[in-house]
Amino acid sequence: MTDQINPAPRQDNQDPALFGQTPSQTVGPFFHYGLPWKGGADLVGQSDMGARPELFPEDHYVLNLAPPKGAVGGETITLEGVVYDADGKPVSDAMIEIWQANAAGRYASPDDPRTDIPLDESFIGFGRASTSDEGLYRFRTVLPGVVPGPGNGLQAPHIAVGVFGRGLIKRLVTRVYFEDQAANQTDPILALAPAERRDTLIARKVGDAWRFDIVLQGERETVFFDI
Amino acid sequence: MTDLIGFSREDAGQPPSLAPAYGSTVSRSPRQPLVRIPQTLTELTGPAGCWGNLMGAALADLTTQHKAMPQGQRIIVAGRVLDEQGRPVPNTVMEIWQANAAGRYIHGKDQWDAPHDPNFTGAGRVITDAEGRYQFVTVRPGAYPWGNHKNAWRPAHIHLSLLGPAFATRLVTQMYFPDDPLIEIDPIANAVPLPYRQRMVSRFDIETTQPNWALGYLFDVVLRGREATPFEDDHHD
Ligand SMILES: [Fe+2]
Repeated sequence: MTDQINPAPRQDNQDPALFGQTPSQTVGPFFHYGLPWKGGADLVGQSDMGARPELFPEDHYVLNLAPPKGAVGGETITLEGVVYDADGKPVSDAMIEIWQANAAGRYASPDDPRTDIPLDESFIGFGRASTSDEGLYRFRTVLPGVVPGPGNGLQAPHIAVGVFGRGLIKRLVTRVYFEDQAANQTDPILALAPAERRDTLIARKVGDAWRFDIVLQGERETVFFDI
Repeated sequence: MTDLIGFSREDAGQPPSLAPAYGSTVSRSPRQPLVRIPQTLTELTGPAGCWGNLMGAALADLTTQHKAMPQGQRIIVAGRVLDEQGRPVPNTVMEIWQANAAGRYIHGKDQWDAPHDPNFTGAGRVITDAEGRYQFVTVRPGAYPWGNHKNAWRPAHIHLSLLGPAFATRLVTQMYFPDDPLIEIDPIANAVPLPYRQRMVSRFDIETTQPNWALGYLFDVVLRGREATPFEDDHHD
């Protein structure tokens, strides 16, 4: 038997000369059976919201149904909105992710050093939702608390948002703020957004839900961040 | 509070949001410049060690999810998740989805008439070990046509989704295969300028290949890494 010999090295993933960040690519239109698990958009309850199981046969549903959660502290909210493209058409194959602190303002992350602020055993603060055929996404979560900002400042209650979809080669990042929060006036990140576009970052109360539409391009284009 | 150490920003290998050759980007990419913000606690934290509670336990073998073996070339994909300094990213989740060996997705909106495979879903999930290593078993996906331009075909690819340690390190990418002539004419792969596009091309590896069983491919994923020093404006204990 001959020794096992690899083909000649080439310019590829394993080439040390190319080492660096793996480039981003789109999720494409067919991610629904691979990414948004049932309950991924319900951060506080046991519903199956967030997924689109009608898009593929049931015996090919290998994704999780989120396990039952205990009681979560704070005010439960619904956060919803429509994702629009440049022509004002709803985007039916987008996926929204959120990351937030709990109601006390603590992130469920080992990198949040503020151990004096209690974690909520049943609350992780990460969620994922597909948009519907009408472009609508919806989360159930809690209103986050204030968290520290740069310097000695504080940040108003907010939720970090990532937008994915067909036609999005890389994630777009934005934030949801809440219109009734006085702390918005002094929030250091809101202050960096151009004043005339700042309201694209602020959710409004419509009925029982907080409404936050995401406009990918054009008039009233949402402010997206370079983080 | 303690000093926060930020993550490096995008490097030259990241594609722009607008890549007109990939038609769907034209009406779905912002025209206003991104607003650069400092990384705060929000961007520097992320879910960790709770994958079972979030999306479920590992599903590292995509060929044993149904009654029988799926059709196609069985392959092993292995590698490490690293940061830009080459340090392993342990205990992080990588989600996997792909078309079957004929190039067909198990998705109601995939209208191509290549056959479905009742024994293949094409979705999986792995968690990296203490050295950042992962491995999964699947079948090599087929190329498939799409409507982007006349006679457009996507090169064979596996979709990969990683969270990493923080909101800032989130990455969704696609892994390609060596010696696929479709890569160099694919608008999605080529949204990434050369030579960085080649970072997404896996390497065939005879050591990873298992005799009489499956071909092996190596693919390391490199996430944004923590910078060496804390932000100046966070010295505020
Ligand atoms: Fe694909």
